[in-house]
Amino acid sequence: MPSANMTVWRGDDDGQYENYEVEYQDGMVVLDVIHQLQATQAGDLAVRWNCKAGKCGSCSAEINGQPRLQCMTRMTEFQDGEEIKVAPLKAFPLIKDLVTDVTYNYEKAKTIPFVDLMKPDENDVRRMAQIDIERVQEFHKCIECYICQDVCHVIRDHPENQDNFAGPRFFVQLASVAMHPLDQNAKADTVSHGFGLEYCNITKCCTDVCPEGIKITDNAIIPLKERRADELYDPLRALGRFINNLKK
Amino acid sequence: MASIESHDYDVLIIGAGGAGLRAAVEATARGCKTAIITKSLLGKAHTVMAEGGMAAAMGNVWEQDNWKVHFRDTMRGGKMLNNWRMAQIHAQEAPDRVLELESWGALFDRTPDGRILQRDFGGHRYARLAHVGDRTGLEMIRILQQKSVAEDIDVFSECTINQLLVNDSEVNGAVGYWRETGDLIQFRAKSVIMATGGLGRIWSVTSNSWEGTGDGHSLSMNAGAEMIDMEFVQFHPTGMVAPTSVKGILVTEGVRGDGGTLRNSLGERFMFNYIPAMFASETADTEEEADRWYTDKENARRTPDLLPRDEVARAINSEVKAGRGSPSGGVYLDIASRRDTDYIKRRLPSMYHQFMELAGVDITKESMEVGPTAHYVMGGVRVDPESAATSISGLYAAGEVAAGLHGSNRLGGNSLSDLLVFGKRAGEFAAERALQMEHSALDKEQVDEAVSRIAKPFDSVGTENPYTVQSDLRELMQNKVGIIRNRSDLESAIGEIAKLKDREKNVTVSGTHSYNPGWHTALDLQHLLSMSEAITKAALEREESRGGHTRDDFPTPSDEFGKLNIVATLSDSDEVNIKREPLSEMPEELAELFKD
Repeated sequence: MPSANMTVWRGDDDGQYENYEVEYQDGMVVLDVIHQLQATQAGDLAVRWNCKAGKCGSCSAEINGQPRLQCMTRMTEFQDGEEIKVAPLKAFPLIKDLVTDVTYNYEKAKTIPFVDLMKPDENDVRRMAQIDIERVQEFHKCIECYICQDVCHVIRDHPENQDNFAGPRFFVQLASVAMHPLDQNAKADTVSHGFGLEYCNITKCCTDVCPEGIKITDNAIIPLKERRADELYDPLRALGRFINNLKK
Repeated sequence: MASIESHDYDVLIIGAGGAGLRAAVEATARGCKTAIITKSLLGKAHTVMAEGGMAAAMGNVWEQDNWKVHFRDTMRGGKMLNNWRMAQIHAQEAPDRVLELESWGALFDRTPDGRILQRDFGGHRYARLAHVGDRTGLEMIRILQQKSVAEDIDVFSECTINQLLVNDSEVNGAVGYWRETGDLIQFRAKSVIMATGGLGRIWSVTSNSWEGTGDGHSLSMNAGAEMIDMEFVQFHPTGMVAPTSVKGILVTEGVRGDGGTLRNSLGERFMFNYIPAMFASETADTEEEADRWYTDKENARRTPDLLPRDEVARAINSEVKAGRGSPSGGVYLDIASRRDTDYIKRRLPSMYHQFMELAGVDITKESMEVGPTAHYVMGGVRVDPESAATSISGLYAAGEVAAGLHGSNRLGGNSLSDLLVFGKRAGEFAAERALQMEHSALDKEQVDEAVSRIAKPFDSVGTENPYTVQSDLRELMQNKVGIIRNRSDLESAIGEIAKLKDREKNVTVSGTHSYNPGWHTALDLQHLLSMSEAITKAALEREESRGGHTRDDFPTPSDEFGKLNIVATLSDSDEVNIKREPLSEMPEELAELFKD
């Protein structure tokens, strides 16, 4: 069996990288090698994982500096003997080894409005055309791996922005509410409350790393920014609001 | 001993998959203070792995479909061992649960006239599965997760329950630990709902994640609940087989539902050689008829590629044994030669992605190699069909951990609908009980016992590595209590499990209490071992072949065993006891449906 040259972060903020030589089989992914390491040399090595098929988004880590899913990173990508450095996601507080505290994301999730759909027709049917739901289905592919949150420099380099910035994952969720063909109320909220959309300067780092290939910037963030600009800064609408206020 | 973090809830739900979340939404809506406990982060439960869809007789694609046809398919798929009342409730209520999910934001694929599209699946007479491409489970979990957040339900993430507390023959709480810190936590609850999913980790080739260690099965049995049908395990016919590291990962039945076919190394569509008498009248016997069936359900019979999963898994097993398998020990699943590239990518995007990324196989150009993988347990905690109540007061169970709906074999697509139909009912009846009573005191002795068991692997003087014991058990169960079983293997397995139980007592772990997977693995072993024992003993007792239980020493179904459940309970000395009990009798108006 070939052996992998693994360098893995061990411990909390005061920890360090440790180097391990780990035997592995053909066809393995990085997560398999981490499990092998756990079973043979480091029983207490902390790593999150669930499905091992790129569907649950649990095993995100920074592999040779790139935030990725460990379960979708095949060992064949590396040269024989090449050092494979596995580090925890940098944007979130470290708990231990490869596990970080992702509470920030769960707190932001609480701020996103829930859909509020129009009533179904008299036969209890909600008709929607496939073509109208497809753009929202793209957003629903999100597996919440938080890799987009991890690379977003608005928070990666400036944690102080966290309070005012929902992050790419939640812009995607906002877009999925705002663009639901039958939503009637929640969509207004998504536009009127900023969620920090203005912090994003569309560098597309999030889009580049999305393991689901969601076009986060083009299909979610930019349309939301446009709607917001339309809603709040369109001169005709501003005039309309002014007249409405006069009437009141 | 230090003080333990304590919480009181009306309804405590263990497990945050589809059933747990749906139950939580229901209990909250009925005014209960509700908590969800999950071993993982919220939204990562095994439900995300469900691909093909959710079965519900909505009749959107074939208006001839209705609950009676779905009920009949479910019973026949389960080889008539199902609890008929659960199968009836499930078939009747599934369409409402689909529409409810839609009202909470789920976006199922659509028919040309804008209604929910339904897809073909094994054992279902009509195209019946509401779906979102091949990632329906992800849609379900995310929508329920967002609904739970909107309802402000308390969630204890990365928290593991290690014991249920029983007072006066009533479940009234639970003890566990936080995975992050190792700190202990206890709950007082008026009702507890078990929604922990399955136990696929018992086998070495499985589609299940680390979480599927049978915790809820084992906690319930320990608390005194009756288990039924534990011998029935579904080996999904199509798991990935190569490369080795991905062995077991699920390949959705949707591939066959959307036109894919199984072939052996000679290129033959071998399923035509494995049509059982029970399904002969409704299964195509020529390739021409089978292929026509996809578009003409009135004049053609269903392709044998879509026989129930137990039939297909056994057929694949036989082909490989006969030397007609693929190089990696599976068979071929071919959709490339049968559907165009655009169609495959649109209908099966995550299968395309999964094979491309993990195996370097382009499924629009080449066949997939597939073979059986431990996927689902039909057996579990015995429940009342109406209320999901178990045999102990205060304890409810829903989803995979509960038994009865699927009989000896589950049809694809009936799991997601099971989660919602019985998750909702469990939430409803658990809430009804909780609203009528006060909390009762926790038994300190039981709490202390749980606390010392949780700490034990650190105090052990033994030298066993928990990962090694787990992998030895999985190897044993794969070899001796797998798809094809016989008396001598099962008897020998019972002896081996006893030895592994002794080794489990000597398991030791290194490191600290902070996020220590070695320790967590050590604690999960007790569940894996006791459920392995229950499965093996039940499998030894059932001297016939039926659904997800095949004995090569009793290769056919028997009338005697077809009328009874195998019931497992735990004795005072922690041994699994087995007894036989007659099935409940189906009323005449339902029995009529099977007379043709």
